[in-house]
Amino acid sequence: MKRWIPLLITILFLQACSDSDDDAVTSSSDDFDRKAMLENWADNRIIPAYEDLNTKLGSMVEAKDDFVNNPNEVNLEAVRIAWLDAYKVWQHVEMFSIGRAEQINYAFQMNVYPTNVDDIQSNIQTQNYDLSSVNNHDAVGFPALDYMLYGVGNSKADVISYYITDANLNLNYLSDLVDRMKSLTQSIVDDWKNGYRDDFVNNTENSATGSINKLVNDYIFYYEKGLRANKIGIPAGNFSNEPFPDKVEAYYHGSGSKVLALEGLTAVQEFLNGVAYNSTNDGRGLADYLDALDINATEEALSTAINNQFDDARNAIQPLDDSFADQVQNNNNMMFEAYDQLQLAVVLLKVDMLQALDISVDFVDADGD
Amino acid sequence: MKIPFFHFMPYKISSYFKKSTHSAPLAVFRIGFGLMMLISIIRFWSYGWIEKLYLKPDFHFSYYGFEWIKPIGDWTYLIFIICGLSAFFVALGYKYRLAIITFFLSFTYIELMDKTTYLNHYYFISILSFLMCFLPANAYFSVDAYHRKVQYDRISKWCIDSIKLLLGIVYFYAGLAKVNSDWLFKAMPLKIWLPSKYDLPFIGENLMQQEWFHYAMSWSGMLYDLSIPFLLLYRKTRVIAFLLVVFFHIFTRVLFPIGMFPYIMIIGSLIFFEKDVHLRIIGFFKRGIRYLQPVKVSVEQKVHAMRYQSIILPIIGLFFLIQFLFPFRYLLYPGELFWREEGYRFSWRVMLMEKRGYANFKVVNQKTDEYFYVDNDDFLTAFQQKQMSFQPDFILEYAHFLADHFQAQGHDHLAIYVESYVALNGRRSRPYVDPNVNLLTQKRSFKPKTWILPFNDDINGL
Repeated sequence: MKRWIPLLITILFLQACSDSDDDAVTSSSDDFDRKAMLENWADNRIIPAYEDLNTKLGSMVEAKDDFVNNPNEVNLEAVRIAWLDAYKVWQHVEMFSIGRAEQINYAFQMNVYPTNVDDIQSNIQTQNYDLSSVNNHDAVGFPALDYMLYGVGNSKADVISYYITDANLNLNYLSDLVDRMKSLTQSIVDDWKNGYRDDFVNNTENSATGSINKLVNDYIFYYEKGLRANKIGIPAGNFSNEPFPDKVEAYYHGSGSKVLALEGLTAVQEFLNGVAYNSTNDGRGLADYLDALDINATEEALSTAINNQFDDARNAIQPLDDSFADQVQNNNNMMFEAYDQLQLAVVLLKVDMLQALDISVDFVDADGD
Repeated sequence: MKIPFFHFMPYKISSYFKKSTHSAPLAVFRIGFGLMMLISIIRFWSYGWIEKLYLKPDFHFSYYGFEWIKPIGDWTYLIFIICGLSAFFVALGYKYRLAIITFFLSFTYIELMDKTTYLNHYYFISILSFLMCFLPANAYFSVDAYHRKVQYDRISKWCIDSIKLLLGIVYFYAGLAKVNSDWLFKAMPLKIWLPSKYDLPFIGENLMQQEWFHYAMSWSGMLYDLSIPFLLLYRKTRVIAFLLVVFFHIFTRVLFPIGMFPYIMIIGSLIFFEKDVHLRIIGFFKRGIRYLQPVKVSVEQKVHAMRYQSIILPIIGLFFLIQFLFPFRYLLYPGELFWREEGYRFSWRVMLMEKRGYANFKVVNQKTDEYFYVDNDDFLTAFQQKQMSFQPDFILEYAHFLADHFQAQGHDHLAIYVESYVALNGRRSRPYVDPNVNLLTQKRSFKPKTWILPFNDDINGL
């Protein structure tokens, strides 16, 4: 019987290891401080970007209020400028589908395009709408405003006249859209600043619910869907038999799609390198993590390869028309080329980077074959 | 030194098959196996994996020749109920023969429904339960024995040895597979996997990060797998070997998501012990049962004589011949096994590769040259996409599925190409399938797949 005792102790010890979920261990004798990376993400990138977006949306609310009180061309122009400013900042936060943003499906309430004009018009006419409803995801957010600010008339004068006739209904909807975007964003900023930030940086475990795993998956998802597919691939017709010039981002604006796509790519690259938002301070990011892991010393560093591929993608997007809709109609091959360059980075992110980080896609039994 | 394996030498064959041994080890094995399987089924169900893996996906990857085996909607739950119940009956030894055959068939059916979920240990369960269909595991300490009022305390020795042999094959072949340059000289894939366990208490942020530890684990894993069958067979090393089994499997359980497998192997290894240990375990069970058993049944002790042994023995001989040879079928294929995976499965190649891929399918109308790319999310779960992206037989099957799908939608003159990249054991990703091959011109078969691009690197070893 005696010889079973050490065995029993071993089992209990190891069982304790496997079931333990206390995260009291903070001593880090391995090379890379993951918590510092999460802190850098939260404090220097995520929260500042959300705050900036919140500020920009605040300006948009003010401009919108002026416009509602006095719908003239000057005030319209002010709303339009505020909208594009905020839309650019949006490109920096769309990838962070974590915490409250994930709970409320923030990205779906802010940037589903193409927007559905029929839904918008029927909301306006019936006056009976719930902007938080899933059915209204394609009738709210930046794309809905794109239509409301640029699509309801060909010229500024036409847009103004749209708002002067049926003033209550149309201005109300515009106003509700803007206010809702502001309040959603405010709630996310508040959440980050009231406790969620600490939850986020302390959750360093390597599991499906760990902050690194979640954010890396969000990041890749955004790159593949939000950036590569939505901004370039779908309009160019990479997923269909024919192109869809009307599915570009900021379609009604007319010349916003390239500037937004480039902003999105910048956000993606800055996040990879851990660069602070709106500054050049280079903190800990995925690139540093990959360098620390260095699973394959014989080849070019993976972080370099990914950065080079992002640069190639940017170089392929730069020469495109400011309006991707025009680009699709005039010379779609250049859209395809930009798509191909973006695509090559998907491979590096999804295959090489996920392999190095050993992040799993799912919780199932698997023995690695 | 007398090593029991030598009992299989030809000159002893006829006398060997007449030898008998105590039946308690097989009875304990039966109980352990049945209970572990019951727990496995309950665990699988409770995680919602039946729905997630078998009901939710629109498409399932089939084994070549078994395309007719599919999940059957909500009735799939019934298969799991049958499987779980039969496992319980096996544990009880109640209508054992019917129960173990039912278990073998239902479990194997489940595993054949979608090869996305392939695991070596599921295959192990299938072939082990096949073997158990022929063994008199209900001879001793079973409900059947109480019903027939006859308990056979001795059975043919080969019955227990056959299970030892199967366990030995699993370990030894798993060890052979580790004799390769990636595993031993690059510490791959442990060099990727262990550092990612940084969140383990005590060892996560130090030991798991050390390169020497990755090598130590690789080498000791290889030596463990190769030697453990012999250490378990040899009486003097048996106890220490069993402690090693427990330690090694619990350790892998802590590190990797391999479910019930470690526990099954630990319980299974008990069969190597002599009858005393098993009689004590049975005594333990009996004490528990005494409270439940109102009527004392007297049981006659006899030596079990197997019926149809002359038919069963050749079947089992053939079974083991296949087990010996099947893992080496990869020799019939050209190129690097880890890259091409032709003859990779069903060969005890466990945890040998960190392999990830990306496969982007292009659907072309050959008449108009119009094309579009497929969004794999439309058809496959994340898990299916992961498995599909680096296994050529999955890629081919999926391409044909896509063709059927788009044909039904009215697309004509279809050709399907794939742009794919695969990274293996830390190497940078490289193109995997020839992007100029229309996959619809390729048919499923066991022939070498000519459309896989070369690996351009070497992994030396068995």
